[in-house]
Amino acid sequence: MSETSSRTPGRFRTRRHAVLLGAGLAASLLAPSLACAQTELLNVSYDPTRELYREINAAFSEEWKTKTGETLTVRAAHGGSGSQARTVIDGIPADVVTLGIPSDIDAISRISKKIAPDWRTKLPNQGLPYTSTVVFLVRKGNPKGVKDWGDLVKPDIKVITPNPKTSAGGRWNFLAAWGYAYEKEGKSADKANAFVGEVYKNVPVLDTGARGSTVTFAQRGLGDVLPTWENEAYLVFEEFGRDKFDVVVPPTSIYAEPPVALVDANVDKKGTRKQAEAYLQFLYSDRAQAIFAKHHYRPLNRAAAKAEDLAQLPELKLFKIEDLQGDWDEIQKKNFDNGGLFDQLSKAGR
Amino acid sequence: MSETFAPVTMAEARPASVVTEGRWIRRILIGIAILFLALFLVLPLVTVFAQAFAKGLNAYLAAFTETDAHAAIRLTLLTAAIAVPFNLVFGIMASWAIAKFEFWGKNLLVTLIDLPFSVSPVVSGLIYVLVFGAQGLAGPWLIDHDIQVIFAVPGIVLATIFVTFPFVARQLIPLMQEQGTAEEEAALTLGASGWHAFRTVTLPNIRWGLLYSVLLCNARAMGEFGAVSVVSGHIRGLTNTLPLHVEILYNEYNFVASFAVASLLAGLALVTLLVKSLLEWRYADEIAAGARRH
Repeated sequence: MSETSSRTPGRFRTRRHAVLLGAGLAASLLAPSLACAQTELLNVSYDPTRELYREINAAFSEEWKTKTGETLTVRAAHGGSGSQARTVIDGIPADVVTLGIPSDIDAISRISKKIAPDWRTKLPNQGLPYTSTVVFLVRKGNPKGVKDWGDLVKPDIKVITPNPKTSAGGRWNFLAAWGYAYEKEGKSADKANAFVGEVYKNVPVLDTGARGSTVTFAQRGLGDVLPTWENEAYLVFEEFGRDKFDVVVPPTSIYAEPPVALVDANVDKKGTRKQAEAYLQFLYSDRAQAIFAKHHYRPLNRAAAKAEDLAQLPELKLFKIEDLQGDWDEIQKKNFDNGGLFDQLSKAGR
Repeated sequence: MSETFAPVTMAEARPASVVTEGRWIRRILIGIAILFLALFLVLPLVTVFAQAFAKGLNAYLAAFTETDAHAAIRLTLLTAAIAVPFNLVFGIMASWAIAKFEFWGKNLLVTLIDLPFSVSPVVSGLIYVLVFGAQGLAGPWLIDHDIQVIFAVPGIVLATIFVTFPFVARQLIPLMQEQGTAEEEAALTLGASGWHAFRTVTLPNIRWGLLYSVLLCNARAMGEFGAVSVVSGHIRGLTNTLPLHVEILYNEYNFVASFAVASLLAGLALVTLLVKSLLEWRYADEIAAGARRH
C-alpha cells in the first residue's frame, strides 16, 4: 500500500487513507460478531418465555462449560409462536425451537422439512419438558366479577387476547373457551362454536403475541380480563405489583402443551447436533425443571421443583383438547387454518 | 387597501396587503401552531427523556452496559456505515445522470427512485423475505452456497438501503436540474475531463444539498423499524438494531432501559438537526452565494 500511495499526489493519498480508515472501522465493527460465531445455538421461542430462557440458557452454558470445556452461547429470539415458526420456515438458522403449541412445529416440519415428522417421539413426554394452562388476569378486586369462562360472554366485559392466527397463547385461549362450552353444553360442537363467537365479540384488540396482549392489558390499561398463560399472569404480578391485578383461576381450563424440538436440517448443516441435543436434554434435568417451576410453568418432574414454587401452581381440572377434537392436524385445520372456525366467526362477527 | 388612492409606492403597500388579519387573529394562529408543536413534538420527546431518567442516572446508564445493547449499537452503526455511503454514491450518480443528460427511460428511473417512499416498510421487508428467504426465489441457491441473507446482517443492510434509497437522489435531482448544465459545458469546453468537471464544478455546487441529504439518510438508516423488523428475526445480540432493541425492552417491561435506548435515537435526531443548523449558520454566506449564482 505504501508503495502505491507514495506515487500518488498528496490530496489523493489522504482520500485513500480515509477509505482505508472507513474499511478498517467497518472491519472492527464486524469482528466481534464473527469472533463469537463458533459455538452458538439459536433457540427460536414463543413470546412469554423471554425471562425463562434467559435463565435456562445461562445455566446450560455454565453446565456445558464445566462438562466439556467448550464456551457455548445460546441465543434466543422471541415472538408470536406462529410468526416464529414462519421465520424458521423462511430460513432463520434455529438449532432448536421451543414453541407454544404442537401445530407450529408440525407446520415447520410439513412446509420446510427441516424437522423430522416424528419429532414428538424423540424426547420424553412428547417433547414437553413442562406444560401450562390458561388463567385470568383481572383488575384489582375483580370489579366485573369474572369467575369462569362463561363470564367472558357477558355484554359489559372486554376481553384482551392475542390473535390465534399468529399466537400460540391466543390459540390456547380459543381452544380453552371452546372446550369449556363443549363440556357445559352436553358435548355439542355447534353450541361450543357459538359460545367462542360470543367471546370474540367482546375482544377489542388482537395483538400478534401473548406479550403484546399483556402490555395492552397491564401497561395501556385496556380491557377487563386477560385470559393468558399461567406464567404470564404471575409475571405481571412481579413486574407491576400485586396491588393492581388479581389472578382468577377458573374451575376448569386447558392442558396447554408448549413443545420443544430439534431442527434437524439446521443442526446438521451447522454441525451443532451434539450441543443442541444436549440442550434439549438439559430441559428435562432437575436444574431446568426447578427453573421452570420458579417461572410459573408446570414442570414434568415435580420432585425437582421447590415446594414454594409448586404451591403457586393451583389445582384445577385440566382437559386435553385432543380428547375433544382429535389430533393436532385436525385441530389446526378445523379452527385456525384459512376458512376455519376462527375465520368463520370473525366474518360472522362483522 | 382600496379605500384610498393616496400615492403610496409598491414597496410600502405590499406588507400591509399581505397581512390583513388583526393582531389577535395573528396571535391566536401562532398560539395554535405552538400548542400543536408542543403537544405532538415536544411533549413526546420530553416524555422519552423523562421516562429514561425516571429511576435516576444509574438506571439510565445500566441500559447501555448490557452486551445485547452493545451488539444493537454496533449493528446499527455498521448498517448505517454501509447503507449511507452506498446511497450517497448511487444518489449522486442517479441525480447526475437524470439532471444533466437526456436518455430513454429517464422518467421511469425517477419514478423507481421514489418507490421506497411510497411503499409500506413492511412490504419493503417482505419482498426480501420472498426473494432471499429459504422458500423464496433465490432460497435454494443461497442454501446450497451457505449464504445467509435474511435473518442476518446482509438482509438488514439490504432492507435499510431499500428504505433510504431515495434520500440523496431526491434531494439532488431538483438542485442539479435547477443549476443546469452551463457550467459543466464551460468546463468541458475548456478541456476538463468529465471526472474533473464533476469534481471541481458539479460537486461544489451541490455540497450543501448533499450534506443535508446524507444527514437525513443517516438518521433514517439508524432509525428504520418496519422493514428491518421483518428481515431481522429478532435474535438477541445478533440481528437486533437499536429500534428493535427498544421494542424488545419495552415488551419485557423494562421501561427505563427501553426509553434510555430510545433517548439515544432521539438524541441522534437532535444532533442531526443541530449539525444541520450549525452548518447553515457557519456557511450562510457561501450557501447564499451558491443560491445567487443560479
